[in-house]
Amino acid sequence: MGETVKVIGAFDSPFSHRAEVALRLKGVPYELLLEDLGNKSDLLLKHNPIHKKVPVLLHGDRTIPESLVIVEYVDEAFQGPPLLPADPFDRATARFWARFLDDKCSTPFWLSLWTEGEVQQGFMKEIKGNLKLLEGQLKGKRFFGGDTIGLVDIAASGFAHWLPLFEEVAGVTLATPEEFPDLCRWGKDYTSHDTVKQCLPDRATLLARFTAKKDMFVSTVKSMAPKS
Amino acid sequence: MAGEKKGLQLLDFWVSPFGQRCRIALDEKALPYEYLEQDLGNKSELLLRSNPVHKKIPVLLHDGRPVCESLIIVQYIDEAFSSSSGKPPLLPSDPYARAQARFWADYVDKKVYDCGTRLWKTKGEPQQQARKEMVEILKTLEGALGDKPYFGGDEFGFVDVAFVPFTAWFLTYERYGEISVDKECPRLAAWAKRCGERESVNKNLSPPEKVYEFIGTLKKKFGIE
Repeated sequence: MGETVKVIGAFDSPFSHRAEVALRLKGVPYELLLEDLGNKSDLLLKHNPIHKKVPVLLHGDRTIPESLVIVEYVDEAFQGPPLLPADPFDRATARFWARFLDDKCSTPFWLSLWTEGEVQQGFMKEIKGNLKLLEGQLKGKRFFGGDTIGLVDIAASGFAHWLPLFEEVAGVTLATPEEFPDLCRWGKDYTSHDTVKQCLPDRATLLARFTAKKDMFVSTVKSMAPKS
Repeated sequence: MAGEKKGLQLLDFWVSPFGQRCRIALDEKALPYEYLEQDLGNKSELLLRSNPVHKKIPVLLHDGRPVCESLIIVQYIDEAFSSSSGKPPLLPSDPYARAQARFWADYVDKKVYDCGTRLWKTKGEPQQQARKEMVEILKTLEGALGDKPYFGGDEFGFVDVAFVPFTAWFLTYERYGEISVDKECPRLAAWAKRCGERESVNKNLSPPEKVYEFIGTLKKKFGIE
């Protein structure tokens, strides 16, 4: 395939990472166009007018938004090791857990970091329960995908690299190795994987950025969370 | 194994547009299945065992193995029975066309049901907001349809299956939201009518008046005026 591949992404976005890691696992070279999400470019707004979010994959004249849609597209459009299993039932299972991560984990995770008191306890209980369900899917495997990284690993990558960072910034502990031995081990295996490492944003820079934005996160969440 | 029975079973609830997606897909593929109506106020052991994570319908059981989440079920039906059914696939074969189909099905999931619920659940300013949003959502979907007979192009496909059950809810949206789909989105209304002529759709969608009645009952149950 001679067509150019570009990713419109953002430095700190785990969703953006999903698009990049999928391409790298397939050995597809691409150009990364970094957005300032506080000041979205015309390019982003043109290519994702519906959601106005990153990542967006540009492949020749094709535009694909939504990170999980991008990962499946990359799996189907390019040669290389498969990111989804071949068996239809296993594919359905992988898609189920990828959706679970987005639909059930993102929001309580975010809210458990920046709220306080009983409200925070509620969200922490929710996210821990969901992380436990997720951990159950590892069942002694190295990755959710088995021996190699697959859709669910990519979907869960936020919990591998970003979770510990946010815990540090917020001063909150959500996933200890004692409580989540398999998930924590998986997180280390994922983030130290040779291909994954190439597109993980630098830890120190992320930490500094999130620390600087902490007050903003707290005040935004105050307007979202239910009153206790 | 969640259940031991061979073949296909669908755990569902009569008025659920999500369940109807699965029924339509099964019929499009001419796949025989056992329909098992669920009491959502008193969930069965089979449902709780088959979908322990969400405890929701629809759930497709294939030789006892559960598949959950309606769009995942539809893709599973398409992939597991692609050669045996002899019917055209619901998802196209081209990766980009597939990505576009997944994007729009995801859009329907993210936007339609939620906004529709706010239309009948709220009053005053929130309802006005929901009304504006619903018109925008429907116009966006109409834009995606374009001049094509179906979202899938010439063939009824994945996005059509994903969205068509909600056409039975247009009457409810129209009455609570004071929106006219015919007026605001004539091409979408024409598409709804065209889909309604298909046996799989005609057989499985709830009559719009029944949906409206059902919402009326729900409102009374939740004490919403």
